[in-house]
Amino acid sequence: MNWQLLPQFAVTGLLAGGPLALTALGLVLIFKSTYIFNFAQGQMLMMGALVTWWLAVELGLPLWLAIILALFLSALLGLVIERFALRPMTGQPLLSIILMTLGLSQVLHGLALLIFGGVQRNFPQIFSVADPYKITTSFLNANGDQITIILKQNLVWSFVIAILGVLVISAFFRFTKIGLSMRGASEDHELAQSVGLRIHRIFGISWALAGVVATMGGILLATSSGLDLSLSVVVLAAFPVVLLGGLESIPGTIVGGLLIGLSQGLVSVSKVPLIRNMSEIMPYVVLMIILLIRPEGLFGQKRIERI
Amino acid sequence: MSVMRPAGEFDTSYKYDMATIRRKWQWWLLLVLLLALYSLPFYASQSVVALVNRIAITIIAVQGLNILTGYTGQISLGQAAFMMTGGYISALLVNNFGFSFIISLPMAALGAGIIGLIFGLPSLRVKGFYLTMATLAAQFILPWITRNTFPEILNGAQGLNVQTPVLFGLDFNTPQKYLLLSLTVLVISTIIVHNISHSRLGRAFVAIRDHDLAAELLGVNLFKYKLEAFFLAAVFAGAAGALSAHNIRHINSETFNLIDSVMFLGMLVIGGLGANMGPIFGAIVVELLIEFATLFGPFFIGYFPSTAAGAVQALRPLFFGATLMLFLIFEPKGLAHRWQLIKAAWRLRPFSH
Repeated sequence: MNWQLLPQFAVTGLLAGGPLALTALGLVLIFKSTYIFNFAQGQMLMMGALVTWWLAVELGLPLWLAIILALFLSALLGLVIERFALRPMTGQPLLSIILMTLGLSQVLHGLALLIFGGVQRNFPQIFSVADPYKITTSFLNANGDQITIILKQNLVWSFVIAILGVLVISAFFRFTKIGLSMRGASEDHELAQSVGLRIHRIFGISWALAGVVATMGGILLATSSGLDLSLSVVVLAAFPVVLLGGLESIPGTIVGGLLIGLSQGLVSVSKVPLIRNMSEIMPYVVLMIILLIRPEGLFGQKRIERI
Repeated sequence: MSVMRPAGEFDTSYKYDMATIRRKWQWWLLLVLLLALYSLPFYASQSVVALVNRIAITIIAVQGLNILTGYTGQISLGQAAFMMTGGYISALLVNNFGFSFIISLPMAALGAGIIGLIFGLPSLRVKGFYLTMATLAAQFILPWITRNTFPEILNGAQGLNVQTPVLFGLDFNTPQKYLLLSLTVLVISTIIVHNISHSRLGRAFVAIRDHDLAAELLGVNLFKYKLEAFFLAAVFAGAAGALSAHNIRHINSETFNLIDSVMFLGMLVIGGLGANMGPIFGAIVVELLIEFATLFGPFFIGYFPSTAAGAVQALRPLFFGATLMLFLIFEPKGLAHRWQLIKAAWRLRPFSH
């Protein structure tokens, strides 16, 4: 362990967990109301970021307008996906639904490549890069100086926005009528329908919301890591976040995201190259452990099965 | 469907009732088909032979996945990782230890099977997409291991150059010669899959797929059979991976990636889940589709100038994804089911049912 780097990497890891949590939130949103695990979330995220880039850079719109338009368009994309891809799948076995979202991810990937090409792009900077926040800690390094933790502005603000997003969505599920009906629908589709909830509208809203959340995540990630088609890979690290937090739990996504981010940060402090390289598969190592020890995650519901 | 027999044909013995090939002419047909495939190098161009090679190897991998996903109902996104494991094992055995391919192939299959067992362990506690996640973990952890551990043997991210197999003094160094090898393994694996699906093992798998709790209450040992399914799937993947590595003559951690695993699942659904013809139909259709995308990619560049060279890479996932989605909506039982319907309609002609 390289102890002097520990505080820096731990904090950077925690901050990186914010966008992860936001990405995971999109997955949980759809899962909670429709019981579908969306493997195309990464491609939706990438599409959102690409559309924002296109509006802001190619069309030259002001950034705030581009973002609002992109959020609107991604809500539309979510609605279209729900109507034409997932609605015919109602009542189909799990494998068909998983494969539908996988097929969708391939189609979106192909479309993005066809329309936007596979080149790396500079995303317009929302937060200034030049002057990072600095925190002076009481830890001392080898020379007896105090260790300063450097925080990039874009990381901090992505973190804040991500956490805010998660809180807003939690409140939405708790206090609004639509949010409550979504939770009701997730319990039992047929039962919810029989008490007068409009299931298909609820599903549509969930997908639209998930599209919006995905685009937000995409924009935040693009500001810190650049924009190309590999942006969708980030979601692969969000799957473990969701399972760690528990599939049905919205606060779980924050805790899961922070823990996964932290584990990645901690591993990269090591002096052994092999362990340092483990940071890229750390989410999956955590995932395997979680699946073997506590499959329902930290805050998930344990389901009891009957014949 | 299987009881749709023409008038006048009766099952006079148990053996005859269970037979897959019931008539003499069916034996002849099979023989002609095999002869036509084995003699392909004499009348087809090299690129066609190479394509048939690729299809044969893909079918083997998808057959393995069919045991796990089609029969046992455990969804796996890790089949390509197990292929990679088999490829590496065979490459190391042949390159470094001078093993003959006839030994390294079963060793690769066995090694991949054991790795498959490890990633099948979570299946005892979890199912559905939780299990999908565990197999997805295999798809990340195994390539990472080849990239980062034992750099002096595995050669890191560059991967290994693989020698061509030499058997009985014959060097399988062209697609034409390699076809003998891949077709033979394919025939063997098809016979094995057929026998598994018609045995106690196959019926236990199907019971687990249809309702695992009910199966357990009826005395099917879930622990044992789920692990056996994982093992068998990885064994087939390992054999296919070894064949593929020696065919391409190179292997690294990117040779078999997540997209391949998704493709295998897609082929299975397009072909037909839990049907022995499924992997064959699915692999042929999807491989031809990809070939089509490669051929017609250049025509699309004119319409989408921003992609330029990437048009082919864009069309492959687009065609595959769109086909998969259409099949899921309009033909969820796959081509194998349609094939059964056509056969039944032919037998019942001129009556509709």
